Amino acid sequence: MKFSESWLRTWVNPTQTTAELAHLLTMAGVEVEAMEPVAPLFERVVVGQIVSLEKHPQADRLNCLRVDIGEEEPLDIVCGAPNVALGMKAPCALVGAQLPGGMEIKVARVRGVESRGMMCSAKELGLPEVGQGILELSEDALVGQSIRTFLELDDTLLTLKLTPNRADCLSIRGVAREVAALTGAPLLAQTNSKLVTGVDRKGGGGPQISLSDSACGRYCGQVLYLDNPQRPTPDWLVRRLERSGLRSKNLVVDVTNYVMLELGQPLHAFDLAHLHGDLSVRWARPGERLLVLDGSVVELMSDVLVVADEQGPQALAGLMGGKESAVTQDTHHVFLEAAWFSPQALAGRSRRMGLSSDSAYRFERGVDPQGTREALERASQLLLELAGGSGDVIIEVTNQDWLPAATTVHVRSARVEQLLGFSIPREEMGDLLQRIGATVKQVGDGWWVTAPSYRIDLEHEVDYVEEIARCHGYEKIPEQIPLIPLALLAHAETRHTYAQVSQHLHDFGFQEVVTYSFVSAEREVKTARFPSTLTLLNPISSQLAVMRSTLSIGLLETLAFNLKRKQENIKIFEWGRCFFPDSQSDLPYQQPLRLGGLWYGARAPEQWGLSSEPADFYDMKGVVESLLSRTGVVFVPLQHPALHPGRSASIQWKGAEIGWLGELHPTVRAFWDLPQAPLLFELEWSMVAERRWPQYQPTPRFQPVRRDLALVVEEAVRAGDLLAVLRENAGVAVTRIDLFDVYRGSGLPDGQKSLAFCVTIQDSEKASTESELDLVCRALVQVAGERFGARLR
Amino acid sequence: MQDLQQLQEEALALFECLDTPHALEDAKARYLGKTGALTERLKSLGSLPHEARKEVGAQINQVKSVISAALEERRQALAKQQQDRELSASALDITLPGRQMVERGGAHPVSRTLERIETLFHGMGFAVAEGPEIESESYNFSALNIPDDHPARAMHDTFYLAPGYVLRTHTSPVQVRYLESHPLPVRIIAPGRVYRCDSDVTHTPMFHQVEGLWVADSGISLAVLKGLLSEFMRAFFERKDLPTRFRPSFFPFTEPSAEMDIGCVICAGQGCRVCSHTGWLEVLGCGLVQPKVLVPLGIDPERYTGLAFGLGVERLAMIRYGVDDLRTFYENDLRFLRRFQ
Repeated sequence: MKFSESWLRTWVNPTQTTAELAHLLTMAGVEVEAMEPVAPLFERVVVGQIVSLEKHPQADRLNCLRVDIGEEEPLDIVCGAPNVALGMKAPCALVGAQLPGGMEIKVARVRGVESRGMMCSAKELGLPEVGQGILELSEDALVGQSIRTFLELDDTLLTLKLTPNRADCLSIRGVAREVAALTGAPLLAQTNSKLVTGVDRKGGGGPQISLSDSACGRYCGQVLYLDNPQRPTPDWLVRRLERSGLRSKNLVVDVTNYVMLELGQPLHAFDLAHLHGDLSVRWARPGERLLVLDGSVVELMSDVLVVADEQGPQALAGLMGGKESAVTQDTHHVFLEAAWFSPQALAGRSRRMGLSSDSAYRFERGVDPQGTREALERASQLLLELAGGSGDVIIEVTNQDWLPAATTVHVRSARVEQLLGFSIPREEMGDLLQRIGATVKQVGDGWWVTAPSYRIDLEHEVDYVEEIARCHGYEKIPEQIPLIPLALLAHAETRHTYAQVSQHLHDFGFQEVVTYSFVSAEREVKTARFPSTLTLLNPISSQLAVMRSTLSIGLLETLAFNLKRKQENIKIFEWGRCFFPDSQSDLPYQQPLRLGGLWYGARAPEQWGLSSEPADFYDMKGVVESLLSRTGVVFVPLQHPALHPGRSASIQWKGAEIGWLGELHPTVRAFWDLPQAPLLFELEWSMVAERRWPQYQPTPRFQPVRRDLALVVEEAVRAGDLLAVLRENAGVAVTRIDLFDVYRGSGLPDGQKSLAFCVTIQDSEKASTESELDLVCRALVQVAGERFGARLR
Repeated sequence: MQDLQQLQEEALALFECLDTPHALEDAKARYLGKTGALTERLKSLGSLPHEARKEVGAQINQVKSVISAALEERRQALAKQQQDRELSASALDITLPGRQMVERGGAHPVSRTLERIETLFHGMGFAVAEGPEIESESYNFSALNIPDDHPARAMHDTFYLAPGYVLRTHTSPVQVRYLESHPLPVRIIAPGRVYRCDSDVTHTPMFHQVEGLWVADSGISLAVLKGLLSEFMRAFFERKDLPTRFRPSFFPFTEPSAEMDIGCVICAGQGCRVCSHTGWLEVLGCGLVQPKVLVPLGIDPERYTGLAFGLGVERLAMIRYGVDDLRTFYENDLRFLRRFQ
């Protein structure tokens, strides 16, 4: 809602300054979003009239004017504007004037001719541009009058950012009521002097109206026989429209818009000549369509309310008129409509059909059901005054059952105080309720309160609690520190927090990133193992259209972005949700929380004391292992289309996959345009967040005994498999078996490798002996031989 | 006698001149060895008259022990010299940088801010709850008193996944989910990602909110809400004198509703570009839980009162760390992110 302060002040004129008024409104929840002067500061610019006009003797494009500024002698002014004409009135800047652009007007000689002032364009005065050349003023402009006075430039434009509940403030009168309630200043009576009484002509001409549904509870119409509807709209009215952001169209339309801005009731004017027979307000029928004002043809669905004549829909009720019955230059007889359409009848339609209008905006939010006829009378009075003519009787059809009834609510003062948490004197509460226009009847513990018809948002006691707080002043709400019974929050020792896991990764050199949960379909298809099919119906762009099924895409995007910015050795991670369809659950989507990491470049930062080697699979595997506290996790070869088939692993626990890691596949690497292959991992968050609960075991009193075993096996034997078998067969005395060396080369046949294990024995009861260790190792070598063909080196 | 004295001086002078352990041991042999000067003299004691033996013997032994001591001293001095040379040869340039196996990483500023918010609310007894990011329209809207086609729904610029399913536009649906599944009283915050179909200088299509909800049968009011949130803001910005204010607002799921402003921490309320010269920064929306939200959950609003709030994490991060462009949070330029380590 945008309007000029001067218009508002014709309705209510409190002593507060513009800034004070704006603050007051903002602090009452009617936020003043912007406050700007209509025109920048300038002075000594008056209405001038061109009383003589001659070509400049030295220059074709210049004219020598004599301009009457209401003083004895007209001024000689040289002017280059293309639109000058004898008798024309325009702003004239006098010598000494300083214009908004910084220009100062001085006596000057232009090509030998003296010029004592300047005729101004709108732009030169800092006003919105209209046409070419100097700003032409209307004939009724008073010569010599300050242009600021004539154009009412000492005015401020206020823009309100209204919340959806305050539909009542979508008009000058509504804002005026609010200002009156907040300041106590009286609402000024408007010069709504003579109400037009219908003139019975042509036997009460005009259509009959029928209503068919609760979507329209009241319809008022009037036929106006206008003498000169083509007359230009008066400046004052155009100015008020423009300052509310509306352009002038023609007199009839301008007046309907003006009354909508003034009273909040949208109106529509039909060209009577294009209406056929009686009118009905009804839902659209199958197959009906309408060419609307903005030039488009709308196929009407059955939930669209229309105003139809005997030939079909002529308007989308409350939303937009039809083109055929619109008021044009040829219109003389007008059928003026003011109706109450329910918010439900309009809700969502304008959005769906891509048609928006100030009218629909108001109806969707709720229009005063008791203001219908008044607005029609106001518009018809203005039109008859401005265009001349006469009006027929007003036809009004009302179905009270379909209009919102005034609700009366019991408001308890104790309840108000309980919810607010502080006390307000009871008399003040009652007074505040009255000031918002409610009808208040005092009872023992509070009041019976009936909201004014224009406050459709007031339905329940709690609504009035808010009104009381609002009008009392939110700034006066005291701060109270909550009193809470002291109770500890649950704290699971076996869970890591996000911060703890992140900290761990920071220590490993990984920087956290946060990327969008939606990615490009192409990247998803090229990078994901099971590409997501979850596509947004209304994405921002094709780059952000598909819900990710893996964190890898965001990580790779971040990598590519930073490589372009000359960053090297990139180690990043992200935790967030991935998304999959799921027909099983309540919400048909799985949204597991995951942790993903990427390592690109060297193993260690470039440093004089470390050799610079690229990070490999085992570097990343080390990170992954450090994140998992559960025992029994195994790494199994993985087929993943985006990963190197020989350098990727599925991470499993008890047969279920809890994550994966691997090196990016060369083809996918090329797709992402990366010089080297990054290493990636992804883990279920629930696994990473697990923390072991330590269980005490006595610390052995005896020394451990250690023996190294080097076993030669075929290259195809996997170390992990061998190690698992050794551990399985080790017996209780063996506390650890670790792999500490892998050797290939001289001394070994081609295609074989030596795996060196260190076996530690620790008996809790007695000192272990070499002979026991011999026995154990012999058994291990034997089982390794049987299962893997291994031999001692 | 004089002769012995001379011998001693000669030996001591000689030891001082020798600077290798080898030469020193040779010199030792000259005096103390089997055929050394002192040994010879001790051997020749027998040729002396009996009464002279004792005195001369004592003199010889006296000289011998002086020489031995000097020898030992010299040995140690040479050993120390040797060690000093070795140490000096193995000295390092201690100004070379230490061996860093990793360059430490750090948290994303949004995570860092989230953690700070969680820590502060944890201190006031708020547990952390989570909810799905793909949400049904009924939880995201209807259950929060935002009916179909209500203008408030249009304000949300919702991403749709399928009819009836959206990317949650706020963390408020967690309120409903939590109340459905937990006994009263409840006191939670729900941090997380939210989505709106809007992308420009001041909007990213994904951002973070922290929802707060406290429902109990006593102790909750608008004044308490203001106290709680003012306390939080002062703790968050570590400014005991931070001014705060409430302005009336509208959210379908709270009533009375308020927007909360804090005094601009950049210009201390004097007016600057960041606060659009108002001296105030809008930081969150809040209110008392609307009875229309509680009743369908079987909660009697006459008995229980709730307070709720929702704060924008990026907004707080921008103010706290002086970030002037929201979009930088999601570019993930490592040069930007590393500043938050």
